[in-house]
Parts: sequence; C-alpha cells; structure tokens
Amino acid sequence: MPRSLPKTDVVIVGMGAAGGVAALPLTNAGLKVVGLEAGGWLNPRDFAPDELRNNTRNWPQTIQKAASEAPTVRANPSETAVQGGHPMMNAVGGTSMHYWAQSWRLNPWDFKVVSSTLARYGRGRIPEDSTVDDWPISYEDLEPFYDKVEYAVGVSGRAGNVQGVMNSAGNIFEGQRRREYPMQPLRSSPFTDLMSSAAAKMEWHPFQGPAAITTEVYDGRPPCQYHGFCNKGGCHVQAKSSTAFSTIPKAIDTGNLDLVTFARVTEIRTDVSGKVTGVEYVKGNEVFFQPAHVVLIASYAYENVRLLLLSKSSAFPNGLANNSDQVGKHYMSHHQGSPVAALFPEDLRNWYGLPAQGVAIDDWADDNFDHSELDFIGGANLWVHTDRKPIGAAKMNTFGEAPSWGKDWKAFIARNADRSNTSYIQKTTLPYSNNYLDLDPSVKDSIGLPVTRITARYRENELRIAAFAQDKMEEWYRAAGATHVLRFGLGNAMGASTHAYGGTRMGDNPDTNVADRWGFCHEAPNLGILGASLMGTSGSRNPTLTVQALAWRTVEHLASNWSSRAV
Amino acid sequence: MGIVKGAAFTYLATLTNCTNGNQILNNSKKNNSSQPFPADPSRRTLLKGAGLAGAVAVSASSAGVVVATENQARGNRFTSALEALETLTAAEAEVLEAICDCLIPSDESGPGAKEARAAHYIDRSLASHNRDSRAHYLQSLIAINEQSQKRYGANFEHVARDRQITLIQALQNDQIPGCSPSSRGFFALVRDHTIDGTFCDPYYGGNRDFVGWDMLQYPGVRLSASETDVRQGSALSPNHQSAYDHATYTKMATNTVKGRRGNQNA
Repeated sequence: MPRSLPKTDVVIVGMGAAGGVAALPLTNAGLKVVGLEAGGWLNPRDFAPDELRNNTRNWPQTIQKAASEAPTVRANPSETAVQGGHPMMNAVGGTSMHYWAQSWRLNPWDFKVVSSTLARYGRGRIPEDSTVDDWPISYEDLEPFYDKVEYAVGVSGRAGNVQGVMNSAGNIFEGQRRREYPMQPLRSSPFTDLMSSAAAKMEWHPFQGPAAITTEVYDGRPPCQYHGFCNKGGCHVQAKSSTAFSTIPKAIDTGNLDLVTFARVTEIRTDVSGKVTGVEYVKGNEVFFQPAHVVLIASYAYENVRLLLLSKSSAFPNGLANNSDQVGKHYMSHHQGSPVAALFPEDLRNWYGLPAQGVAIDDWADDNFDHSELDFIGGANLWVHTDRKPIGAAKMNTFGEAPSWGKDWKAFIARNADRSNTSYIQKTTLPYSNNYLDLDPSVKDSIGLPVTRITARYRENELRIAAFAQDKMEEWYRAAGATHVLRFGLGNAMGASTHAYGGTRMGDNPDTNVADRWGFCHEAPNLGILGASLMGTSGSRNPTLTVQALAWRTVEHLASNWSSRAV
Repeated sequence: MGIVKGAAFTYLATLTNCTNGNQILNNSKKNNSSQPFPADPSRRTLLKGAGLAGAVAVSASSAGVVVATENQARGNRFTSALEALETLTAAEAEVLEAICDCLIPSDESGPGAKEARAAHYIDRSLASHNRDSRAHYLQSLIAINEQSQKRYGANFEHVARDRQITLIQALQNDQIPGCSPSSRGFFALVRDHTIDGTFCDPYYGGNRDFVGWDMLQYPGVRLSASETDVRQGSALSPNHQSAYDHATYTKMATNTVKGRRGNQNA
C-alpha cells in the first residue's frame, strides 16, 4: 500500500516550464501546492561549456529517467513504431534549463485558423482530413497572460506593436501588446547584421527575436555573457530565465510550495464518481499517495497523454478523461525539419553566440501574406542565428566541395568551419485524423509502464509550406552573399519533437476536446492540464511562452474560482 | 589570423620534441616483438615529416599494456606520461590510430587526429559513454586487418598510406566484410568518434594541446565573449583552456582516469 500523505490544495505534476510558472500565482493566492518533479535541482555549476557532453552526447536528456520513456514513432498505423530520441528533461525547471529560450507570442491568426481561412479563402482551403478548429480563446484573451509571464520570468525583445503603435525594429505582424518587453533584445552580431541588411534590401521585415534571456541585470540575475554554450547547456550565470531561477524560487519563498524532487508520478487516482482524488508517485523505494483538491499535470505532451492513458479506473476504463476517446488525438509536432544550409565566402564570426541571438522574418508566416494563388494555408517563420562550436563545425556539410575525410576534407573544414549557416524554419502544422498518440503495445519504460507511441506524418499542406519556405530561405541566403545553398528533405514521419502539441486539446465541445477553455478536463473538472498538449494549432514559432501564458491563465482562473473547481 | 599562429606554434612544439619522442618509440618497439616495426618507407617519411613522435609507441608492462606518449603540455614539455589503454589491446590501438590518421591526417598544413590523440579518446570513451560501440570496434578492427592481410599481406597499420586510403574507401563503400554493425556503419561510427576525439574538450583525452581547435581557428572556451571579442572572429587569440580549467564547473563523475592534469573524470 502506498503511504498516504496529508491532503494539499493543489498538486502539480512536473515542475518545468509550465508547472514552474503555475506555482507562482497559486502560492501567491495562498493555496498550498505540492510540486512533484521527476528530476532534481541543477545549478549553474552543472552547466559546463562542454560541447561533447552537452551537445554531442545530449547530456541534458540522457541522464534522465525520461530516457527510458522516449516515445516510439511510426509514420502510419500499419507500421511498427520504433523508439528514438526524445526532447524531455527531468529537472527542476525542466526543459527551460537547456532550451533555446526563444519566447514568442503566437500571432492572432494561430488562434483562429478556421474562421480566418473561411473568411479570406473559403472552406475548400482547409485540408479535408484535418481536424483543425479555432481555439476557444483569442490572442486578445491570452495577451494579459503573455505580458505577465514576460515580466515574471524575464524576456528580452523589441515590440513591434504596442497598443497599435508600430515599430519596424520589432515584429510588425505581431498582435497588439500592452507594453514593451521588460528588456532590450540580445545584441546583434556581424552575421545577424549581414542577414538583416540583406532582408531589408529585399523589403522584408527583419527583427531580432524575443528570448527568455536577460540583457541587463534583471531580478538579481546578470545579463547574458554570449559564451556560446546556451543550447542544451543551461546557463552558467542564470541569464537564461528558466523557471528554476525565476518563478520557482519565488513560489518557494511564499512558504506555500512543497517541491518534491525525484518523484515519479505513475497514476492519477479517481473516485467512483469520476472526481480526481490525488496522485500516486514513486520516490526512492517507496510509493506515496498525495491527495489533493485539484491536480494539475504539467509535463510534455507525450507524458501528459501517457499519464492520462495509464490512469484507468471504473469511471474511466479507457484512461482518465478519455470517455470521448479524445486523449492523444489532434497531435502535432512542429515542422522544424527541411532546413536550408548555406556556405559563405568569408568567416561569419559565429563562434560565440546563441540560438536565441538571431534574425527573424515573419513576412512568410501564418497568414501574413496573400495565399490566394497558393495551394496551402499557414506559413513559416524564418530564423538564422549565431551558435557554433568546434565538433559541430567539423561535422559540417561539405556542400559537394570536398570528400568526407582525409587531406582534402581537413583543408575544407579548416577553411570553412566559420563560414556555414543552417537556418531554423518553423512551419505551421495542422492536426489530422490519423495523427495521434497512444500507448505502445510492447515497449515499456524502466518500471514496466508502456511508453507513448506516436503515429503521425506531415501531410501535403506541411510539405507545400516547407517547399515554399525553402525558396524564401534560399533567396535570403543568396541576397546575403552565400555561394552555396543546400536544401534538405521536406519531411515524412512526425517524430518526437521539442515542440509537441495536442493530445489533450482545449475547446468548448467535449466530444472533440479533452480540456475546456480554462484548461480543465470536461470529464474531470478538478483535473487541469498545463502544457502544449492543450494547443490546437502549432503556430510557426517556439511554443514555450504560449504554454506558460496558458498555465498562468489556468491557475489564475483556478484561484479565483476555487470553491467551484476544488473537490 | 591569431589561430593560425597558434596552430603553428603547437606544431612547432611537436617538431621540437621529435627526438625525445622517437627514443620512446624505439625503446618500446624493442619490447613488442610480436609487432615488428615495418620497413614501410611511406610511414617512416610521414613520421619524420610530421614529427609524429607521440601516441604510436606501444610497450608492455606488468601493470598492463600501456601507450607511451610524449607529454607536450606547455610547461611540462620534457616529461612523458604513461597512459593505460582502457579498452583496446595494444594491437587494436595501433590499427585504430592508423585509421584515425587516415581520416584526419597530419600533413604540411598541421597536426591531425594523431597529435590530437583521437584514438586515445576513443579508447577511453569505449570504457564509458561509448561502451555500446565497443563490440563494433573489436569486430571491425579485426575485419579491417583481415582485409589488409588478404589484399596486401600485412596489418592495416603496416601498409603504405595509399593502400590504407584504399582500404578506408572500401570501408566507406560497404566493401569490407565482417565489420560491425556493417562496413559502412563502422565507417560512420569511427569517423564520428575521430572527429569527437579531435575537436572535443581536452578533458576527454583528445584534442591534445588544442590542435583540433587551432585547426578550425576556434578561439576557445570563454565564460564571457564581449562584442569586441566576437567582432575579431578568428583573429581573437586562442586561450587554450578546457571547460574544466574553470574550477566553477562540476565534473561528471562516471569514470576516473589519469589525464595530463592528474586525476580527472570523464
């Protein structure tokens, strides 16, 4: 029998980017919160500037229990899914420890893809097998929470639209915001200056993207040092605004957060009436039951879905909140593939920098351009950035100019190590009826529980966006003086991704959505969901800030409606 | 072009130490009668030309098989260190060393995988992070040698450079039977690990004296890079520091080996 602990107001499963933000408004409201985290505390001493460990060997992910929970992947239901890599991280702060920290708001179009498309182009433009729907909320509904998170964690950037006042140094396509970012954007570099001026010559609208990275002393943390080991490395000076260094310590300071590390949640329990009663977790060799009035699950889309499907009961024989068979549906991973790489005739001076120090082009994203004569909806955000380290540089593509080893190869990389660049192109992905998550029938994790199985592939709409975006990217690189440009495959299977969406979609209709407009389950009203698994569209930019804004909104709603939500 | 200067400096140090290294080489060869030094002019020329004193000499000792290496650390140039092989036998290490040298050769442009001691890195990594690849190495190194014996009547490390190159091309083209996971698969694996060992933080036993970073004109690990630093690009002076030269950082305690800075974890 698990050891039963005293009942708490709220238990949060996962103290990462979402749970770590959610803890602050809850504890500030005086609610008692237990935060369960599968990993432990990391600190700046753990973040050595060590490419082999961090990047080549994928350190942040390989030492974690999540490594045994990597989802299996297949493109089609007729195939056997195979276990591959995964983006998850177990630590206080979760992936916000080692992520790129790009902190975008979605554009208003992303919330209203269906109604906007119908109004501008007609129904025929929505792919037939897509299950896409409008979000139950608009950009304007989420805007106050974007603002709160930007200031609470510390986001740097340049606004393009403050209450209707446009600034071309920021993103002129963004939705209206109430005020400027709390900090100036990361500085530019010789390479980003080169790309910006090339884009401006083509009359595109380049701007420096927003990042959850400090550019001045903020909240007691020093500014970014640009040392070049941000990606997967964590920040050695806490300039990266991970929840572990921003909101979580403040939540602990309230005295209302009990953060339990190395706690691996295995089941959410329900009573016969279908109300959620708490969670069961393993810590060390002991099993505990943590009763709570409200349970919030806050892990990756893969793990949110898995925990629900593993939590079967008499009230929910097919998994918790799954009596309408919607858990795992509407899955999308962001189409970040099909990159374009370029070789320049001179050094780009990218040895020191970071993935969030870059230039964005939003002219070809979302519905920011006319699709009347095109055969797809949505688009791509084009992103080039500084970030280069020696092993990665030595493994560069040789652009057909050299073999892959030997004397000539050595001469090639010695000359060109600092002359290549690979773009990061994030594209709209739509949900489709046969793209879904479920439990793998045979692959188990280290304690014998089935892992998540991904069955999904990119469809025509995504592949057409990819081809279109590659044209634009090549044009941009050529304008900046690249001598060689390479394009890679447009995409097929939708594998495990750092940007995973859907599976517990948010919407007003309980037949097609797991969660309601506040993020609580239609079938289990005291079970809330935090994370990108709520999102019904992907947008064409990194999801974390949207996940955090949604989390803040959900818990603020919970705190102000406590008597009706809590059980 | 600060890094070029740096590379040249290191290269010069290698040449300066050539004599001392050759003594180690010759002494140890005497103790290793099962692997007679081949009368291979191309190899001798290469050794002479590139000053490849360290990292190839093999001897046996009561403590186990050791690779004798010349210690080229700055401020410690004339002492030599003995570093135990952790995974491979001396014979296997010789084959691997020769493969690494083909992949990233030492040539007139400067040092390569041999001076970086990529094979030493690989040997160590096969006892730790890359332990799953160990069986691939053991099987494939035998297969490559068998092919070399069959075609040229000598072990891989003893045939002329052009023949070694032909064999590596065959490996890449999936033409060497008996390799694991496959001929092409092992090529990809050993290429990957040779690059890792040449360009990684020296903490892991490769990129010795920062020859890999100098080759790419990478100015080195810095805890802070100013706008001025960045604008200098490759003209910024290389600082030749390991991440773990900064006492700030916690080392991963998975495996303890003796490195040139005493006991280190890898």
